[in-house]
Amino acid sequence: MAAAPFTDEELARLRADFPILSRTVRGGHPLVYLDSGATSHKPTVVLDAERHFYEHTNAAVHRGAHQLSEEGTDAYESARETIARFIGAQASEVVFTRNATEALNLVAYAFTNGAHGGGGGHGDRFALRPGDEVLVTEMEHHANLIPWQEACRRTGATLRWVPVTADGRLDLTDLDSLLTERTKVFAFTHVSNVLGTVNAVRELAERAHAVGALAVLDACQSVPHLPIDVTDLGVDLLAYSGHKMFGPLGVGVLWGRPELLDEMPVFLTGGSMIETVTMESATYAPVPQKFEAGVPVAAQAVGLAAACDYLTALGMDRVHAHEQMLTERLLRGLAERPWVTVLGPADLRERGGAVAFAVDGVHPHDVGQVLDDRGVEVRVGHHCAWPLHRTLRVPASTRASFAAYTTPGEVDALLEALDRVPAIFGTEVPA
Amino acid sequence: MDLYQELILDHSKKPVNHGLREPFEGESHQVNPTCGDEVTLRVHLVGEGPEAVVEDVSYDSMGCSISVASASILAEELTGGTVAHARDTYEAMRAMLTSKGEDPGDEDVIGDGVALSGVAKYPARVKCALLSWAAFTDALYKAEGAQQ
Repeated sequence: MAAAPFTDEELARLRADFPILSRTVRGGHPLVYLDSGATSHKPTVVLDAERHFYEHTNAAVHRGAHQLSEEGTDAYESARETIARFIGAQASEVVFTRNATEALNLVAYAFTNGAHGGGGGHGDRFALRPGDEVLVTEMEHHANLIPWQEACRRTGATLRWVPVTADGRLDLTDLDSLLTERTKVFAFTHVSNVLGTVNAVRELAERAHAVGALAVLDACQSVPHLPIDVTDLGVDLLAYSGHKMFGPLGVGVLWGRPELLDEMPVFLTGGSMIETVTMESATYAPVPQKFEAGVPVAAQAVGLAAACDYLTALGMDRVHAHEQMLTERLLRGLAERPWVTVLGPADLRERGGAVAFAVDGVHPHDVGQVLDDRGVEVRVGHHCAWPLHRTLRVPASTRASFAAYTTPGEVDALLEALDRVPAIFGTEVPA
Repeated sequence: MDLYQELILDHSKKPVNHGLREPFEGESHQVNPTCGDEVTLRVHLVGEGPEAVVEDVSYDSMGCSISVASASILAEELTGGTVAHARDTYEAMRAMLTSKGEDPGDEDVIGDGVALSGVAKYPARVKCALLSWAAFTDALYKAEGAQQ
């Protein structure tokens, strides 16, 4: 049987776990938070886990031999196991970073370091050179675009990109000429943070592998919202952030195939990531430590593990079903308003729970302001995907995004607040 | 919503003196990176020093109602006045917009600019209202430099 959305009773219980959801904003309006795609709120169990770490086991992990260091290290490494299990991976394949942006930069810098024989890598796979190509897509978040622009600039490699169709899908018509034996990396997003488009990850990864390229996945908008098993996806490296999935700020994850992580040159260097050091040179620790320079983000990792446990208890299939129900409700509501244009696929099966739209004749900043006046908090702007907005010929957009705690009533509150917009700006009056 | 006064909506729908014109001595292009709003603004001066006259302010503005209205108010208030007057008006606008709502603005100094006083209560929107003013001060600086 397909998983069901949360019932009203379940939602009420779930929402009670998130203290911030009970606050009011803008002169007493209940908070209607529809910006979980930017960052999610945190349940008490996550806050408690982080606090417990600081109160009981705080230490610089993987350093020293005193009892706190032992216990702190143990908490950090068991967090790694929990987080790995959440995506169907082994603990040794999970690298902690500060955020997903750093995880993607780590990979892009590995390719740069590899070109110069540095970073302790081996093999030729992570060497980007003139004549090589990096393929991205036009729907990428800046975090999966700019690191590659810079890697190409540093190495002389060429950046290419898969275009996006008018209805917000990847245009794969010319993929054969874009993805060639020159391509070393194909970096793409699982779910667009603007359009909600869900890309065919398996197929794209297979196409990358067919020409010998590595497939790098930005999973920031999928890991928090869908059941993910890295062994099913077929990609080589995958990045996501903790704070979008009920975890604390300041922790991201890079997952990679173990043999690739072993080959891959390091990015940040310093303490914790070494094996031996002399004044002239150093050798590096095994994976994952060689990618975790400096005192690790232990309390944040512990908090993220608590978030994974929380999501697992909810059931990721139910989280997904719930957000799909909300997305359908919002798309249906927006479709009844001819003065609203939804960006991205109209078909629910091809999209996740991020819905960006344009209101005829009204700038998104003004739309957001009117919504905010009623306590409805959405994202306005280009959502760190400026090239995508240029392609869609809109300067910016208004985006609603969901999490497990979002209610159908909040979707209705958005639609109701939205109906004030044409009246305030003297554009078309809603029928 | 007191933010969207009639005056602001009027200015945003029918921006005063909209469009880019010649001649001009200084031009500035400013972008708001959070939303991608853009303004290009030109200043044409006659004369030199603080008593020089701002003969024309021409601009192309793409953005929200606040940023377009602010550019329109700028053109209305500064065109035909002296450079000294323009600087005083800019200072008064900036003071009002960055006052977090403490400074209601002086209509004798900033004219229709007082309609933007509500923006000061929304820190995320202050940049929208100041975008064209930043372009103006930059264009003025260039225009005065071109006269040297």
